[in-house]
Amino acid sequence: MTIATTAPSRIDAAWTALDAVPDPEVPVLSVRDLGIVREVLEHGDGPIEVVLTPTYSGCPATEVIAESVREAVVAAGLGPVKVTQRLAPAWTTDWISPEGRAKLLAYGIAPPSGSAAVAGDRKVRIRPPGVACPRCGSADTERLSAFGSTACKALHRCLACREPFEYFKPI
Amino acid sequence: MTAVATSIRVHLVPPVQYVLRIADTCLIHAQRLVEWCGHGPVLEEDIALTNMALDLVGQARALLSHAGRLEGQGFDEDQLAFLRDERQVFNLTLVEQPLRRSSAHAPGGDFADTVLRNFLLATWLKGLWTRMAASSEADLAAIAGKAVKEARYHQQHAGDWVVRLGDGTDESAARLRAALERAWPYTHEMFKRDAVDTVAEAAGLGPARDALQADWLREVAAVFGEAGLEVPAETPFMSTGTQGRHSEHMGFILAEMQSLQRQFPGGRW
Repeated sequence: MTIATTAPSRIDAAWTALDAVPDPEVPVLSVRDLGIVREVLEHGDGPIEVVLTPTYSGCPATEVIAESVREAVVAAGLGPVKVTQRLAPAWTTDWISPEGRAKLLAYGIAPPSGSAAVAGDRKVRIRPPGVACPRCGSADTERLSAFGSTACKALHRCLACREPFEYFKPI
Repeated sequence: MTAVATSIRVHLVPPVQYVLRIADTCLIHAQRLVEWCGHGPVLEEDIALTNMALDLVGQARALLSHAGRLEGQGFDEDQLAFLRDERQVFNLTLVEQPLRRSSAHAPGGDFADTVLRNFLLATWLKGLWTRMAASSEADLAAIAGKAVKEARYHQQHAGDWVVRLGDGTDESAARLRAALERAWPYTHEMFKRDAVDTVAEAAGLGPARDALQADWLREVAAVFGEAGLEVPAETPFMSTGTQGRHSEHMGFILAEMQSLQRQFPGGRW
């Protein structure tokens, strides 16, 4: 890891290659932005190992992501690659990078609010606390639907600018 | 003609049956929820029911794969889901009961039954996953640690609906009460400890079912209070799906779920 070389190490090059692998369902984010790449390992001259963690148990993009990761590492000329899945610790939206959150916002998806790791249970209520509108910034918003077009999002509406928007649910 | 896949026989040891019970409960509950796909009363709920089903299928897949590794004959998740016969499927009987009526004469309930079952089940699963996250088996702990976040969201969503219907109009409240009367006798099985639970508990795999009852009842009663529902009295009826003895509805749901793999063995997307 710390061996000084002029050329980037295979591991660094693999991380760079992963920057270009989009999440198929939220393509504005790379798999690195999303925080699902947990580790990149090198086994001597053997394959590069990329450790991924799924976002949701039933996320239908999991297999596509593993395939895209494999292709990207091979295309970068880094040789054989092995993709492994790791469930624990469970993915949390707290792992979305600051760059990722900024990209979500610019794309019109409200990034997860607060820290999911400490959110835990809440009292049952129809309306969750206000989420800032990604377009006009108003906190005067309401939830239209607890579930959205993908497992990771809910649908909200801004009561100030009247635009609907998606919200990346904190988990 | 294509070949017809023959059933597999699982070697039943308590840890395998313990994991299959949870996997099958998630899987069959999901199968009932997706019957709403395209038929939800409003678009948002259509999406919610199928999204919850997706989480449950993901949980079931992980558990079935794990059960296959424990069992030792090399069965994968698809074989376990699609090639077991009814007596080797171990879901709670509650989740195989029809939910959505496909026609006026078909068995089933209405949207209130769906909302209520989701709430009862998600509350139960949340308690289960919370405890299983400390399992002595790393794989089970990892599956549970992930699933508990999903179950929590399902419970919140379904609980919101229980309150909305119970505290809504006279009609919605009456329908919810009727749904509760139908569902309640089946909840007994959720907390019935047997030898399989005792082995699993002793090995540290996860909780015995009776350990889930106190928290479940407290959380259910709190939401029922907001919804204006009373917690019904316990009934002597005891369903036996977790023993592989099912209600009359089970054969039909398995037939629908399994027919493709039975007719086209090993078929893939």
